[in-house]
Amino acid sequence: METLIALVTGTMVAVGVYLLLQRDLVRKIIGVVVLSNSIHLLIFAMGRMTRASSPLIPPGQKYPPEGIANPLSQALILTAIVIGFGLLAFSLVLIYRLYQSRGTVDADAIIEATLGDE
Amino acid sequence: MRHSVILRTAARLLVPLMLLFSVFLLLRGHNETGGGFIGGLVAGISFALYAIAYGTAASRAALRTTPQQLMAVGLGIAVVSALLPLLGGGALLEGLWVQWQGIKLGSPVLFDVGVYLLVIGVTLVVIYELEEHNPRLFPDVSLG
Amino acid sequence: MSAHLLIILPLVIPFVAAVATLLFARRPGVQKGINIASMTGILAASGALLMRLQAEGILVTTIGDWPVPFGIVFVVDHLSVIMLIVSAIIGVAVAIYAVPDADSTRVRFGFYPFFNLLMIGINGAFLTGDLFNLYVWFEVMLISSFVLIVLGNTDEQLAGAVKYVVINLVSSLLFLAGVGLVYGMTGTLNMAELSVALADVGQPGLVTVVAMLFLISFGIKAALFPLFFWLPASYHTPPASVSAFFAGLLTKVGVYALFRVFTLLFTQDVGYTHTLLLWGAGLTMVTGVLGAAVQNDFRRVLSFHIISQIGYMIMGLALYTPLAILGGVFYIVHHIIVKANLFLVSGVAKRLRGSYSLKSLDGLYAYHPWLATLFVIPAFSLAGFPPLSGFWAKLILTIAGIEVGAYWIVAVAVAVGLFTMFSMTKIWVKAFLPGGGGDAADAVGPLRLGTRVMYAPIAGLAALTLMISVFAGPVYDLAERSANELHNSSEYVEAVLDHEKSVADSASRPGVDGGAGDVYAR
Repeated sequence: METLIALVTGTMVAVGVYLLLQRDLVRKIIGVVVLSNSIHLLIFAMGRMTRASSPLIPPGQKYPPEGIANPLSQALILTAIVIGFGLLAFSLVLIYRLYQSRGTVDADAIIEATLGDE
Repeated sequence: MRHSVILRTAARLLVPLMLLFSVFLLLRGHNETGGGFIGGLVAGISFALYAIAYGTAASRAALRTTPQQLMAVGLGIAVVSALLPLLGGGALLEGLWVQWQGIKLGSPVLFDVGVYLLVIGVTLVVIYELEEHNPRLFPDVSLG
Repeated sequence: MSAHLLIILPLVIPFVAAVATLLFARRPGVQKGINIASMTGILAASGALLMRLQAEGILVTTIGDWPVPFGIVFVVDHLSVIMLIVSAIIGVAVAIYAVPDADSTRVRFGFYPFFNLLMIGINGAFLTGDLFNLYVWFEVMLISSFVLIVLGNTDEQLAGAVKYVVINLVSSLLFLAGVGLVYGMTGTLNMAELSVALADVGQPGLVTVVAMLFLISFGIKAALFPLFFWLPASYHTPPASVSAFFAGLLTKVGVYALFRVFTLLFTQDVGYTHTLLLWGAGLTMVTGVLGAAVQNDFRRVLSFHIISQIGYMIMGLALYTPLAILGGVFYIVHHIIVKANLFLVSGVAKRLRGSYSLKSLDGLYAYHPWLATLFVIPAFSLAGFPPLSGFWAKLILTIAGIEVGAYWIVAVAVAVGLFTMFSMTKIWVKAFLPGGGGDAADAVGPLRLGTRVMYAPIAGLAALTLMISVFAGPVYDLAERSANELHNSSEYVEAVLDHEKSVADSASRPGVDGGAGDVYAR
């Protein structure tokens, strides 16, 4: 299972980096999304993949019993997903707004237009 | 109105139900799956549905306050619930519990209520702004 | 006041202020008052923390009273508290400056709530003792800085913001990947536990690889060579109050993270990691100062100088002797104050003459001699002119460099100092002295009340620079304490572990002192 996850993670990183290197800003953002999901998978694998009971703490105790699944990596991923979602929404609006003023989402064209302004 | 009769009639039936369901989700989060976040989303969607059926002005009127105010109040409640334990010498965000008529009430519930209001506020800010196509946010530019 | 409360006050105050400014969304006057009060409150709380720290040693608290590994610890050592105080000073200065500078559109779209949110992110990053939590604070800081940088919606801002946003998103992802790998290797994210656990991993190569991930990620945030291109593309676009805040603080949070991580966590292979840092520092200094030499816009010159100055701070970290780290910390303090002040000055110049271009600023000295004086103090301090604060900072670093025999970096540092002098003189000659422009007299606007208010924080920061210059002793002592703590991290580690043990003892389950993360990871 770990091998599979490692392969999937690697493939997704490659896809993400490939998209990031495109000039099209929308593709860049999709690249960031793919990359971030690959890293979520990485964290998931890093939390050890075991078959175990759910991480519930019995009443009156501060620590869970032995033999439970690791809840921490899932909490980390959930936090990262929520943060990533907010950032994604922001970047999409930013690019949309840029598209409206420049009429293009090509990074080079936008840079040239900006240099032309000065 | 260009909105369909079916949608408007359905919305009138659905919106109160969804709001009720959102409160149910909020309170259910106390011991089972559910909670302020998902409850707030459902409540936010119900106002969004109302806005789609009757227009954002009607939806804003039904809300009776601005989404920004909801956000502020929600955040405020969350902060208060986080700070309460400090008064008793505890740590930030520590859970405080009281027993009342067999029901356990605690500061995490208060925190969830804050999250609930905050999520409604955030959802509606976004939805109203997009729905009204705010010219300041998206000035109409001819795209050649 | 309990230490628990005191430690989190720098977070709670801006949080409450953010809520209050949201509540008074339609009352700009009230928002401005709340903002100034909030920043002053943070400053007071940070000062109280410093006194507490001097009296009791390193302060630790856990959030929600959850034992590690579920809980997050906040730790206050000298470096944290120095950063807190300096950032609060800049917060107060910019809050006052923003009263006339932040226009009504910006205020209506949430300038003040996001200003406070940015402060939460910055302070959280300084306080936390947990690696993942550091990531969260970085994101809080990023998202609010994204909003502040595009607020106003001009085309120039949007184009600059795209670079800033995309590159910083990638940097955060690398950071997250590093966090994931560290967790996989050690089973904990608590920095004090990591400091012990990383030494026991037994695979130095793997640890170094992760260290490189952190180096690249924080290097992007700190604008280290060759990862700095986003900074000159974006920092000159927002209004002066925002760019001053960013210029003073945001890159320095990256520098802080580098200092923290490369003194506490990744010290196993100093020969490799810190040598790389040293090369990065040297190249950062040179490229930054050369970039500034060709610029002809007030804020662009200053932006490139941020980069070159980052090199000096990292040089202190890279040499990795107590004296060098001391120099680095001293440099951070000096730089934040001076650099923010220079950006504030540029904002006033823009208000008076309607442009940031050095050509059109021409001859300011004749009409605004006080502004010229207030520019000279931070500018010459930046260049390292004795006896100003920059001179002491550079002197300490130079001595530290000579001590370990790293002559080439010392030579680079001195040469870059000369070039900085050249840049500052260029601004002085072109913007302040009367030149060939000839249209100086008619373009000078009257001094409006709003502009007068802007003089206050500039004068305050300049006075502070002079104070650090003349009475460098207290700052030196503080920097020395923090350098000792950083160079020998055992004090930090012991403080956190002792605290955790006391929390664990009060919990129902005995015997978690072997690092509670072990329960899962092995």
